[in-house]
Amino acid sequence: MPYLMGGYPDIDTSRASVLAAVEAGADLVELGIPFSDPLADGPVIHAAATAALDAGVTLSEVLALCESVAGEVPVVLMVYANPVLAHGAEHFVRRAAGAGAAGIIVPDLPHDEAGAVREACTAQGVALVPLVAPTSSDHRVEEIARDAQGFVYAVSLTGTTGERAELPRELERTVGRVKGATELPVAVGFGVSTGEHARRVADVADGVIVGSRVVRAAGEGGAPAVHRLVGELAEALAA
Amino acid sequence: MSSSPVEHRFGPYGGRYVPETLVPALDELEAAWVQARSDPGYERELSGLLRDYAGRPTPLYLAPRISEEVGRTVYFKREDLMHTGSHKLNNALGQCLLARRMGKKRIIAETGAGQHGVATATCCALFDLECVVYMGTEDVRRQKPNVERMELLGAKVVGVEAGARTLKEAVSEAIRDWVTNVGDSHYVIGSAVGPAPYPAIVRDLQRVLGDEARAQVIDHAGRLPDRVIACVGGGSNAIGTFCAFVADTEVEIIGVEAAGDGIDSGRHGAPLATGARGILHGSMSAVLQDEDGQILEAHSISAGLDYPGSGPQLAHLRDEGRVRFEAVTDEEAVVAFKKVCRLEGIVPALESSHAVAWLLANPGGELDVLTLSGRGDKDLAEVLSR
Repeated sequence: MPYLMGGYPDIDTSRASVLAAVEAGADLVELGIPFSDPLADGPVIHAAATAALDAGVTLSEVLALCESVAGEVPVVLMVYANPVLAHGAEHFVRRAAGAGAAGIIVPDLPHDEAGAVREACTAQGVALVPLVAPTSSDHRVEEIARDAQGFVYAVSLTGTTGERAELPRELERTVGRVKGATELPVAVGFGVSTGEHARRVADVADGVIVGSRVVRAAGEGGAPAVHRLVGELAEALAA
Repeated sequence: MSSSPVEHRFGPYGGRYVPETLVPALDELEAAWVQARSDPGYERELSGLLRDYAGRPTPLYLAPRISEEVGRTVYFKREDLMHTGSHKLNNALGQCLLARRMGKKRIIAETGAGQHGVATATCCALFDLECVVYMGTEDVRRQKPNVERMELLGAKVVGVEAGARTLKEAVSEAIRDWVTNVGDSHYVIGSAVGPAPYPAIVRDLQRVLGDEARAQVIDHAGRLPDRVIACVGGGSNAIGTFCAFVADTEVEIIGVEAAGDGIDSGRHGAPLATGARGILHGSMSAVLQDEDGQILEAHSISAGLDYPGSGPQLAHLRDEGRVRFEAVTDEEAVVAFKKVCRLEGIVPALESSHAVAWLLANPGGELDVLTLSGRGDKDLAEVLSR
């Protein structure tokens, strides 16, 4: 499950990168909507969002991009709370549904604040995929899992997105706690950047999310680089 | 202090729009705060430090020549006379004491003008805590003396290169640090902004200045003021001042934001006077943003007012019609800065100069109380270069 920043390095390259990722074996694509103040993101995704916005990429363009690829692969939009709520949750979710998005992930909308967005998602048939962190108490994990739609996104580490040399030791424990609380699939992201990481995650979880490493590839080498990288990751998982 | 519940919402504003990783830390902070504020030991230690270390109570000063100039009585609440040069120390002392109770060894702070950074670095020296301060590189440039002060005090100042390289990016980077080091670090946010419980904690720690001012004006003048005026960036000196007067319905309350190059230029820092409802740095409030919900860059000559967001409680007081928000341009603030120097022998912070500029230009009533939130030594280079 690769993450790509919508409109980075430009709209056409980002569309080609999504399609290349699908061809190379991606089962689902997370498409980032660039935001001015991405609190949960590390330097690579932050810089990609800034570059996209500086180039004039708009929300409408990223939704159009989503619509153009949604027939090829399930697309989950990663979007911060302010763009979702700027014109009301219902307005945004209706647009996301219209663009064929299977789900949305809002990294700065914790469970307690998600009521209106969840309602809108339920009404529009779009999954609101929640995040669980290593710091979440068992009680919170249960509450989050109870209202989850689509899948649960387990954050591997305490920190922002970005490539890491190693994944934390508590990873298996975090995933185990989520698995104990839901029948839904559990995907793991944040820090996952190599085939070795992907294999370790796949041992315990149902989905492997690779973000910053893929965004870096898109920036450095466009669709061919994304194709190569996703191919390698898929191969590592098949091995 | 209060035993009422810690507010998460002020009308529709406030909340906790942060990554899940931080939610348990906010719960922990809230529990520690509820416990501390009802603990006489905490109260005693804080008020002792505010008195003996920080220099409270600060005077309420009748400014004779400004009063003569405008033809009515003007009092300045002299937060510029606090140790470290601004009201920021009230909050930094309270939060660092709290961090120590929570067993946190590392303190994170953001700073715009550098005043909150200096206040936090000061407390960390006093309590022997590690201190990391995030500051936009544009602010590092224009508030150089405060950077040197923080480093002398033992803090590590980290320049932030993103965006306009000012306060907004410094807060974002501080939050990213906190997400990463949440186990051993406490984030001392400097204004009455951020996710709950921060806006309530910062207000409670700053209301000492408003409570003092209210008692002092009654003592000096035998009455309440007609108007209470304070500058607003995130709004900590403003909410600290205003909450003491909110129940006095006969007192008019005015918050003064930065109009920068002029409201019509679009280059300003006046979300309360002009902005729509939005989410920035973990809470919903008045925010400068575009059609797509992207946060816009603010602009002000004053680093402490150069911020596209605002405290959620201030937004609510605005909607209720209790507080009026006005804005003053860079140029008007500089004129007021110089006037206070010449007329009163006080060098005010550029932030506070915005409040003074509004007061000078807007007659009304017979008695004004204005919070002079800080001193302007840090601003000399910026003002003299114009």
